[in-house]
Amino acid sequence: MSMLKLEDVSMWFGGVAALKNFNLEVSQGEIVGLIGPNGAGKTTVFNIITGVYKPSRGKVYFLDREITGLRPDLITKAGIARTFQNIRLFKGLSVMENVLIAHHLHLKANYLEAILKLPGYRREERRMREESLALLERVGLADLRNERASALSYGMQRRLEIARALATNPKLLLLDEPAAGMNPKEAEDLTEFIKELRTEFDLSILLIEHHMDVVLNISKRIYVLDYGVMIASGRPEEVQNNQRVIEAYLGVNEDAED
Amino acid sequence: MATKKTRDRVLTILSLLFLLVFIGFAENHLDLYIVRILNVCAIYAILGMSMNLINGFTGLFSLGHAGFMAVGAYTTALLTIPPAVKEQIFYLVPLVEPLDRLNLPFPIALFVGGLLAALVGGLIAAPTLRLKGDYLAIATLGFAEIIRVVFTNTQNITNGALGLKGIPALTNLWWSFGTAAFTLVILLSLINSSYGRALKASREDEIAAESMGTHLAKHKTFAFVLGAFFAGIGGGLLGNLLGTIDPKMFSFTFTFNILLIIVLGGMGSLTGSIISAFIVTIANEYLRILDESINLGFIVIQGKVGMRAVVFSALLMFVVLFYRHGLMGSNEFSWDRFFASKLYRRTLGRFTPGQRKGGYA
Repeated sequence: MSMLKLEDVSMWFGGVAALKNFNLEVSQGEIVGLIGPNGAGKTTVFNIITGVYKPSRGKVYFLDREITGLRPDLITKAGIARTFQNIRLFKGLSVMENVLIAHHLHLKANYLEAILKLPGYRREERRMREESLALLERVGLADLRNERASALSYGMQRRLEIARALATNPKLLLLDEPAAGMNPKEAEDLTEFIKELRTEFDLSILLIEHHMDVVLNISKRIYVLDYGVMIASGRPEEVQNNQRVIEAYLGVNEDAED
Repeated sequence: MATKKTRDRVLTILSLLFLLVFIGFAENHLDLYIVRILNVCAIYAILGMSMNLINGFTGLFSLGHAGFMAVGAYTTALLTIPPAVKEQIFYLVPLVEPLDRLNLPFPIALFVGGLLAALVGGLIAAPTLRLKGDYLAIATLGFAEIIRVVFTNTQNITNGALGLKGIPALTNLWWSFGTAAFTLVILLSLINSSYGRALKASREDEIAAESMGTHLAKHKTFAFVLGAFFAGIGGGLLGNLLGTIDPKMFSFTFTFNILLIIVLGGMGSLTGSIISAFIVTIANEYLRILDESINLGFIVIQGKVGMRAVVFSALLMFVVLFYRHGLMGSNEFSWDRFFASKLYRRTLGRFTPGQRKGGYA
């Protein structure tokens, strides 16, 4: 079954085309990689999927339902969660609160019930806390639940961001450079961790990553973007040997880092 | 063995009882001047908490508080002034039809004032909450000015620049402290609920909050409307305490005073707002000497009216520069924190070493 489908999506910022006629598909249970040099438009793809940007042209389908330009919170509610390239935790709040907030979208009680702390709300609050704690235990942050999120180490913040995304109960998880700034060993651990999560939470995953070993190891299929245009797609070994991909990464673009 | 929880509960009940006895005593025996200051303290606490909900917890830099207060104050006043008095006040232009005869009990008038302020809050929330940071501040500031100008010119409702006089002095300590307590309970409960977390999330990072499924516009509007509601009630209490109101009273300076209170008390701390409301209001009275001339025996310093404002501005600058978290930061008062504080250990703590059950455990 098709989880996510992008059809001929284009995005212009003023006169600059960040993305041109991009097509992408993620099937149920698949891990798909999205790579390309800096500024290739990868994060733009994420922002279009999650509703931060409305694409200039083209359509986005999630579970065969069109979600193009829907409000971000509704898209999350439908079952797409994401992490951010430059970690965006609620820094001043506790680790536990960070995860609890992601549970809020499932809350049925209204403002009044919550203010008056009626039994229905109390039940939901208790359940939210149990589930959040379980998630924190799963990612190994349960002991730090009362710390401020900003007090966590970089690697822990990455894991907390994933836990927070999982708390929204997604079917599709978008990971924006989860291994950024990690050494090879940490990146390897993360690869295993992502694979485990996929089976445990029955997820499909779309991931942007610069660590080639991570992407090649983990993805079933890979899309390569350069200057907003898809220059290759296919299985990891196909993409790896594609001449245009090698050029994009090594030859032409001298300014590319990472 | 008394646990911390029972200790806290006992202490809370004892303090509440003490407060009740104190209010009862103050209402009947204390100097009217002091009673009035205490009333103002409690009202400023309400205004501070409501503004803190908008600015401190939800992170909306709004400067429209005086506007909401004005709506509440005028509504409550118009609904409580007896018809005969209204005829005397509106001698230039008579008051419009139903209002001239309308007379409601104080609590209902207060509530209606709050509701109208909330309604106005909701109306301006829609267009202005799309703005962020300083743009929102300017837009809300503009709104408050518009309210003031409108109130100056709608003579058949507000009596224009002459203002309203002879508002019955219905606000007493029971009303002001009772409403402050009610505000605290409601807002604390909201802040500690899942909705409160959603508000704080939108303050911390809007983009992240949105992608975690938080409907930003809904939560922001709610915070704004609820803040406006309590500001309206605070305004109503103030009007019926002072006895006279006019549009000039609700200028930007008023919003600035409340802003000073929440910054000093700590953005994101309701109890901090209460503490600093008392400090600022009482200091405001004590600093009155600055406005008068001071005779030091060998030299006479000519007083300048407005010197107090200078002191407060300097205080605000000092807090923002060196003490940004204010008195309480984003923490709420708790007995644990109280016993651990320097203030306690240096004063009361000296005289009761380890005599309390469960203390120093």
